Amino acid sequence: MIAALLILLPLAGALLAAAWPDERTRPWLLPATGVLHTGLTLRLLVRPPPLAADAWFGFDPLARAVLPAVSLLFLFCALYAVSYLRLRTERPNRVFVASLLAILGLLSAGHQARHLGVLWVTTEAITLATVPLLHFNGTARAFEATWKYLLVGGTGIALSLLGSFCLGYASLRGGGGGDLTFAALVAQGAGLSRPWVLIAWVFLLVGYGTKMGLAPMHTWKPDAYGEAPAIVGALLAGGVTTVAFTALLRVRAVVVAAGAGSVADGTLLAVGGFSLVVAALFLLATRDFKRMLAYSSIEHMGILVLGTACGGAGLAAALFHVWNNGLTKGALFLSAGNIRRAAGARTADEVGGMAAIAPQSAALFVAGLFAITACPPFGPFFSELRVLRAALATGHFAAAGLFLGCLLLAFIGLTRLVFAITDGRPRTDRRAPGRPLETAGVILPPLLLLGLSLWLGLATPPILGDAWTAAASLLSSAP
Amino acid sequence: MITLLQILLRLAFWLALAPLLPGIINKVKAWVAGRRGPPLLQLYYDLARLWRKGAVLSTLASPGFVAGPAVAWVALLGAAVLMPLGPAGGAVGFRGDVLLLIYLFAVARFATAWAALETGSAFEGMGAAREVSFAVLAEVALITAVLSLSVQTGSLTLTEMLAPAPGPGAALLAGGLFAVLLAENCRVPFDDPNTHLELTMIHEVMVLDHSGPPLAVILHGAALKLLLFAVLLSQAVLPVEALPAPAAAAVLAAAVVVVAVGVGLVESLLARFAFRRVPLLLTTAFLLCLFALVLAWKGGAA
Amino acid sequence: MSGLVNLLIGLAMGLNLLALASSRLPSVIRTVAVQGVALGLMPLLIEPHPGWLVALVALATIGVKGFVIPALLGRAMRAANIDREMEPFIGFVPSLLLGAGGAIAGVAGARFLPLLPEHAGTLLVPGALASIFTGFVLLVGRVKAISQVCGYLILENGIYLFGLLLIRSTPLLVESGILLDLTVGVFVIGIIVDRIQRAFDSLDTRKLTALHE
Repeated sequence: MIAALLILLPLAGALLAAAWPDERTRPWLLPATGVLHTGLTLRLLVRPPPLAADAWFGFDPLARAVLPAVSLLFLFCALYAVSYLRLRTERPNRVFVASLLAILGLLSAGHQARHLGVLWVTTEAITLATVPLLHFNGTARAFEATWKYLLVGGTGIALSLLGSFCLGYASLRGGGGGDLTFAALVAQGAGLSRPWVLIAWVFLLVGYGTKMGLAPMHTWKPDAYGEAPAIVGALLAGGVTTVAFTALLRVRAVVVAAGAGSVADGTLLAVGGFSLVVAALFLLATRDFKRMLAYSSIEHMGILVLGTACGGAGLAAALFHVWNNGLTKGALFLSAGNIRRAAGARTADEVGGMAAIAPQSAALFVAGLFAITACPPFGPFFSELRVLRAALATGHFAAAGLFLGCLLLAFIGLTRLVFAITDGRPRTDRRAPGRPLETAGVILPPLLLLGLSLWLGLATPPILGDAWTAAASLLSSAP
Repeated sequence: MITLLQILLRLAFWLALAPLLPGIINKVKAWVAGRRGPPLLQLYYDLARLWRKGAVLSTLASPGFVAGPAVAWVALLGAAVLMPLGPAGGAVGFRGDVLLLIYLFAVARFATAWAALETGSAFEGMGAAREVSFAVLAEVALITAVLSLSVQTGSLTLTEMLAPAPGPGAALLAGGLFAVLLAENCRVPFDDPNTHLELTMIHEVMVLDHSGPPLAVILHGAALKLLLFAVLLSQAVLPVEALPAPAAAAVLAAAVVVVAVGVGLVESLLARFAFRRVPLLLTTAFLLCLFALVLAWKGGAA
Repeated sequence: MSGLVNLLIGLAMGLNLLALASSRLPSVIRTVAVQGVALGLMPLLIEPHPGWLVALVALATIGVKGFVIPALLGRAMRAANIDREMEPFIGFVPSLLLGAGGAIAGVAGARFLPLLPEHAGTLLVPGALASIFTGFVLLVGRVKAISQVCGYLILENGIYLFGLLLIRSTPLLVESGILLDLTVGVFVIGIIVDRIQRAFDSLDTRKLTALHE
């Protein structure tokens, strides 16, 4: 019941926002819904509800392991959005607020989807609901980014539909009823027609991998993250990609049950490694700090996939990393948004000395940089360490070496760019007179997100550890 | 002796009937445009008039200028001898005669292009270049069509090959061969036989310098080629073999007239395509024949 | 019944080639519309006893794919004042040959796939493969936004054909969800096309080059 509320509450909020008459008070619907949603999720985290086996939606162990992170990220983004939209009064926010709330509902649905078709429908709906957010700024470049997002994302999502059909056909061909719930597919296990399972895996990996932003299907990501408002970037990097990741995890569980787990993990390893390499190389070259975040996101998607490929402990570590990546990336995006507004530009050629112009945001940005590049004692350090240990334990030495090398390159690339922006002499003082740039409303949310990331690193709550292990063991157990 | 007589009779039949086809096409075009148009037998009059005239030869022209049309005409006559005529069958037939037919068409085209190059004028050379570059594509389609017929019947003899199985393959073949017919005979939308603008001409510009009897031979050869293609198309698509002899002859004649009317309608309703669009159309014709080939293959395997 | 289904799929495959060969955008849009109608009829033919729900979904598919989306695209095209694909990345003859190769490869490749006996004789899988391939050729090979959308629609049509294999086992609710998503998706694309036209004063995606690394 509460699980359904997680989906319906934000959707109702979206309808309310669409009908809300007042521009100034409408953004407050975001944190209100966010608080309720977070409260419900945390309650479900502590006390998991009973699960109907053949239900299409349900707060299952995987949803329990991931959804609270998305909910928390949304809450802080929502708090930030109130202040942000107050700064952007020149643009109407009706569609923006409604879309954000709809995305929260759809994200909850996507994480809880236990039916392949329903999962596809929600993912496609999320893609469509993101569109108005991407071109919120209304510039020509924003439309260009939106077009690429639609075309690349649309093609990817179409391929994942094809993959879903192939998996259904694998069930039919294997003598099953073509039931597309994950429980039924896993139960059919080795009875699934193997060639069709492999075909389905390729299409689903490409399709959901596109949504995740794995290389080489990542081309939409830098454009979309670069042109969208900071909140949207944070939600895309921490929420939408997570849905695609959990979709891949669920599909992988079916493939493992069908006895093709080694093939699935082999391809995941290859795609993950390639994403790491591509991201590391682009991080060394980029001059734009918002696009930099996109490449960093590609890198972390690679880490997630790499951890998954190691199975068992690696999978649990990947789920841990979902939390760290989402929260830390959120802090980075929000502080980057502050810097972007204070500087009025986005590339290291035009921006410098932000430590003098926007000291608090710059400090947050630098701290976030250290967190995301896995410096202890922040959370990402521990989850990446666990991924590394799982890789070594399962004998993937080459992958572990590649992982470490790419982390080093990414560290070099990120620090180079971040310090080019924060240090030095301000190029131009673009600070608008009479407008407080660093209000509590835009500083506290990234600060709190960073604090959460630190807390996850220093003292991971045991209940979360249990949730990750439970989900991992459920997903990698062959019947 | 009787065989020789038969061949001669048959040749006379082809030679006599060939100029009728352009007359039918022109009548159809005139009818669509609401004119009375030239008489049905106009080409006969033209040929007679040209035959009586003398030929004007440029001082630059080589003997090939006159020899080319003659060679082309003789090659087409050879093709006419090979082409079976419904119930009457072929005058001469042997295994692989279809290859000879394709080569005879190619020889005719080569001779015309050769004659065009021998005039010593740039215009004719340009026309020859265009004609040959389109022919390259049309020939591929023609060969594919022949292949599909051969696969369908498992034979390389014209009389046996032209007994098609009805079905979607025949429809595809009809479309492809019709496009080849239009391209090979320089009709709209590939070429406009009525154009007077040298820059856009293809076939007409090749024969611009010819006059008198050589021109008559060229015109008659073109009409003969059109008739040959129409007969080939009709027999490749319609199962005339299965009918009793008189009915088959009637059906064949009617089909040829239908093809002529079709050409006339296409010419009235379509404009000529731009040069760069022509390869697209010929590729389409090739694909139609290719799909017919695939169908024949698959049907044969099943 | 199976003969009629195969005939319709054959028609759809022919329309694929037509879409690849034509340079005029209105004819591409019309081709996609006719293909949508042909495919929309399929569920009625495949189901032995179509109920009213199936009829409703078929009707909705025909309405959306055959009329609503083409009308939307036509409007966008007129607003942008273009009706021709002038310089595609992949020329018309090469794309036609590619499409034909895809169709033949689809027919040949489907034999190697392990299909259920009742699907082995139909053109469902070859038609799906050929349409998906055609869609990709259009998506990659054309520069006008509307042509790319048409390519996307043909890609979707191919996937829809494949989905017909599962028509007996997929709940109708899911199918209608898919249809709804597609509709909204194309609506959104249409709106973005409109905005791009206003922002760039053109629908040539080659002009979308501000963002590159």
